[in-house]
Amino acid sequence: MTDVALLPPAASSIAARTDALFYTLVGVSAAVALLLATLAVVFCVRYRRGSRADRSRPPTDARGLEWTWTIVPMLAFVGLFAWAARDYARLTRPPADALPVYVVAKQWVWTLQHADGRREIDQLHVPLGKPVRLLMTSQDVIHSFYVPAFRIKQDVLPGRYTAIWFRPTKAGTYHLLCAEYCGTDHASMAGGVVVMPPERYSRWLAEGDRSVGMARQGQALFRERGCVGCHDARATVHAPDLRNIFGRRVFTQDGRSVVADETYLRDSILEPAKDVVAGYEPVMPSFAGQLSEQDLMALIQYLRSDLNDGGRQAPAARTPEPGTP
Amino acid sequence: MSADAPSYLEDGYTLRSWLFTRDHKRIAVLYAVSITLFFIIGGCAAALIRLELVTPQGDLVGADTYNRLFTAHGVIMVWLFLIPSIPSVLGNFLIPMMIGARDLAFPRLNLLSWYLYVGGGALTLCALLLGGVDTGWTFYAPFSTLFSRSHVIVTLLGVFVVGFSSILTGLNFIVSVHTLRAPGMGWFRLPLFVWAHYATSIILVLATPVLAITLLLLAAERLFGVGFFDPALGGDPLLFQHLFWFYSHPAVYIMILPAMGVASEIIPCFARKRVFGYRSMAYAILAIGVISFLVWGHHMFVSGQSVYANVVFSILSFMVAVPSAIKVFNWIATLYKGSISFTAPMLYALGFVGLFMVGGLTGLFLAALAIDVHVTDTYFVVAHFHYIMVGGSVMAYLGALHFWWPKISGRLYPETLGRVAALAIFVGFNLTFFPQYLLGYEGMPRRYHAYPAEFQLLNVLSSAGAGILAVGYLLPLCYLLWSWFRGRPAGDNPWHAQGLEWHTRSPPPKDNFDAPPDGGHDPYDYRPERTT
Amino acid sequence: MNRAGYDRLAAAPGGAGYSLADIRQEHQARLGMWVFLATELMFLGPVFVGYVVLRQQFPQAMAEASHLTDVALGTINTLVLLTSSLAMALAVETARLGARTFARRALWLTAALGLVFLAIKGYEYGMDWREHLFPDARFHAKDVRDQAGARMFFFFYFFSTGLHALHLLVGMALTLAMARTLAASPAARAARRLELTGLYWHFVDIVWIFLYPMLYLLERWS
Repeated sequence: MTDVALLPPAASSIAARTDALFYTLVGVSAAVALLLATLAVVFCVRYRRGSRADRSRPPTDARGLEWTWTIVPMLAFVGLFAWAARDYARLTRPPADALPVYVVAKQWVWTLQHADGRREIDQLHVPLGKPVRLLMTSQDVIHSFYVPAFRIKQDVLPGRYTAIWFRPTKAGTYHLLCAEYCGTDHASMAGGVVVMPPERYSRWLAEGDRSVGMARQGQALFRERGCVGCHDARATVHAPDLRNIFGRRVFTQDGRSVVADETYLRDSILEPAKDVVAGYEPVMPSFAGQLSEQDLMALIQYLRSDLNDGGRQAPAARTPEPGTP
Repeated sequence: MSADAPSYLEDGYTLRSWLFTRDHKRIAVLYAVSITLFFIIGGCAAALIRLELVTPQGDLVGADTYNRLFTAHGVIMVWLFLIPSIPSVLGNFLIPMMIGARDLAFPRLNLLSWYLYVGGGALTLCALLLGGVDTGWTFYAPFSTLFSRSHVIVTLLGVFVVGFSSILTGLNFIVSVHTLRAPGMGWFRLPLFVWAHYATSIILVLATPVLAITLLLLAAERLFGVGFFDPALGGDPLLFQHLFWFYSHPAVYIMILPAMGVASEIIPCFARKRVFGYRSMAYAILAIGVISFLVWGHHMFVSGQSVYANVVFSILSFMVAVPSAIKVFNWIATLYKGSISFTAPMLYALGFVGLFMVGGLTGLFLAALAIDVHVTDTYFVVAHFHYIMVGGSVMAYLGALHFWWPKISGRLYPETLGRVAALAIFVGFNLTFFPQYLLGYEGMPRRYHAYPAEFQLLNVLSSAGAGILAVGYLLPLCYLLWSWFRGRPAGDNPWHAQGLEWHTRSPPPKDNFDAPPDGGHDPYDYRPERTT
Repeated sequence: MNRAGYDRLAAAPGGAGYSLADIRQEHQARLGMWVFLATELMFLGPVFVGYVVLRQQFPQAMAEASHLTDVALGTINTLVLLTSSLAMALAVETARLGARTFARRALWLTAALGLVFLAIKGYEYGMDWREHLFPDARFHAKDVRDQAGARMFFFFYFFSTGLHALHLLVGMALTLAMARTLAASPAARAARRLELTGLYWHFVDIVWIFLYPMLYLLERWS
């Protein structure tokens, strides 16, 4: 029992804000609780049976007071709601330059992959001060990615992507915990987020196993699985051009427009009949069951990267060397 | 009807006269016995959980056993204890008397409710004895549909059956309050206990069917692999969460509203003062009932629900706190210029107000989106709901049992022991659950049998508190049972209370009143100087 | 209404012959039945919500799958059920007016039509089973691109019609019990009880009236 935690470390850009809101609420609640408790105690003592306090004309209602103690809390609550909602909104808007990290959760392990291809298990190394955005999915049940020190948490679901971002502000190693009950070893599905000052981080990057970057993996998949066969401009099949697809607005057959984000790209690969682009036939086959979650993430990283040329480049003679970005 | 009519307890001593009774008072006693049995089992599960959590490693029981323990604890305490407790025991016993009627509108349906409860409870117990369930009481898909290798379907069936018990009880209460009030008893002459149960009954009949169908869908998914909640087959696990919480949020108000009704009866009696702001209290009860249906999404803030939905549910969740706050203020205002005595029921009621207040305040933390992201699925939530359900509902249940014990049993319980137990429970409770707020903010997730070492001190404190709490619960179990057979005769109205139920014998005759009761009776006609 | 209300009712002209207890009991039973129907609505609500969600997720698959239902049999069944409701309404009304024999015959007709409905439904189920439309491992919807969506549709189909059939069965049991009560009990009391059975029967019918277009008529002639 040598380590006793009473205040959690605050290690992200939003941790301080969450703490500020939290401690304000603690202060307000404590004040209210203290006031009410004191009143109750004072009344209990003053008006205990047999005491000689003045009990003449006991009130049974007091309209003015009642309206006050209805309206004032209501206004206070609206204020608290707005403050919390604003802070929350920040969590939902990652900065554009956030480092992407792809997370696949499964019973009972976190597998993470950096854009440069480096894989990690139950650990995430990140540079101090840079925003990081996690794109996450689960291979089986619902998990939840929780880093108390960053004050962030996001459920990780099978069959879809969820995202969370953070910017670490203090170097150190922080608990990574699964926060959604996921079966027998839910409590062991833990690890650490290692925040390193920039020089140490670049050293860590350089030291690691040379791995193929995710974009290159995705490019290889794009060719090997035949995507280029239809999506190349020279193909005989009329398929949408995928250059600069990521983040583009796409118009679907039934008149809607959607943004081609990660979810859209994933759905297009697994359920191509779902949101067919206007002007195209629904002939794309589904790749459900043929691509792992990691494969899908690699494809997405490819499609959003500079390597994405719509499949124009001639097919590589052999698989890329490890260590090529 | 002569004053020599036998009391409801004397009206037949055979087992048959109890198991085939249509008397709401006997049915209430039947419920009390069965509920207590389930509480003990659920409590044992809790004891094992707290014992395991004394050390950071999972060394007392295996992970799998632990998961089955907290599931059992949740399922039993929510559906087999909390939801029926005050309504089925005190509500059944008192509502007919409080409205001046002989019995509920459908006495046979009432007995059927009890049999459904016992049957469903037995089924659920079967699942536990056959090895248990490891999904958590929330049964989230796809774990419960595709991955759990445990007796999910038997448990679902048990809860399904118990759900119908609740629905029928709610139906009975609604029809009774509408049609059986004594002549002259308008709605605003009703005790707040009746108002609270009326609102509870509306929630019971409207929300419980949603649970029933959700459990059916879950069972169908598990049996036939349909894919309703399975993303691989085009389904959506979030749909399950929406359906589940659409019931389960109103369900928590099923658990707290009757407790609020109890507090509104006990406090005026022992402060010798009319409850403050009767109409506001009644409207607050209705407001809580209505808004409770609109906030379920606050259980899903980090689940992948849209930002827009999160914002809407957040503001609504803040709003539901307003009527609850009003009630707390009114209870305290009732004390002002009263003449207060600190009997065991009063200690429980005051404890209820204090602990409910703390629990309610922490609800604000959870309604705040940015904070909830950090503390949801941690011990902060566990502390919050235990403050409301145990510090609130269970305290109120015990207070009600003590308050109406003379009426139900005709005997007095030992008052000093009663006060000692109330204090022990209050202290033990706070020691058990307050540290859990800190644990939660520090980041200890729920449903963990092993945890990072730095959380140990607070866990040890919590488990120590649980020990005291257990002793506190054992005391009334023993002395109430003892007093049922050996307690001093209570007399009709030992508390000099004003409710209509106190204006008849203790224990009451089979038809509740010896002479037709007065519908114009004011149940809050307390005055400080009138202590007799 | 409380007892004062019942006193007034009992004293009113036309109230003679009805005892206070009778009136109160009738009111309670009617209120109880309406509350019960409210719970049934909340029971079915999530099922319909699920349908809406499914239709949004798989608009095409749902429509294509619904073409595999037998619209002829579905329509016949709808007419059968509507006629049965007519028979039930006639039974309730004539029982109220004292024509007990006619009412009992109408009740027999109601139950018989319910049986016809169930028979046709059973026949449909048999066909669906043979065509591998039951959403188990052997499910295959002919000519439907999105099998997952079609499977959901048929799960919804079997689930909702199955629940409906169960409720219909209960309704038939009640109807037959009522036919016996009409013979045995005092006319007035039996007539009032019958009104509640009628409420239940009509509710089951209304549910079908929603299910019919949801299951059989999706984009069928567009």
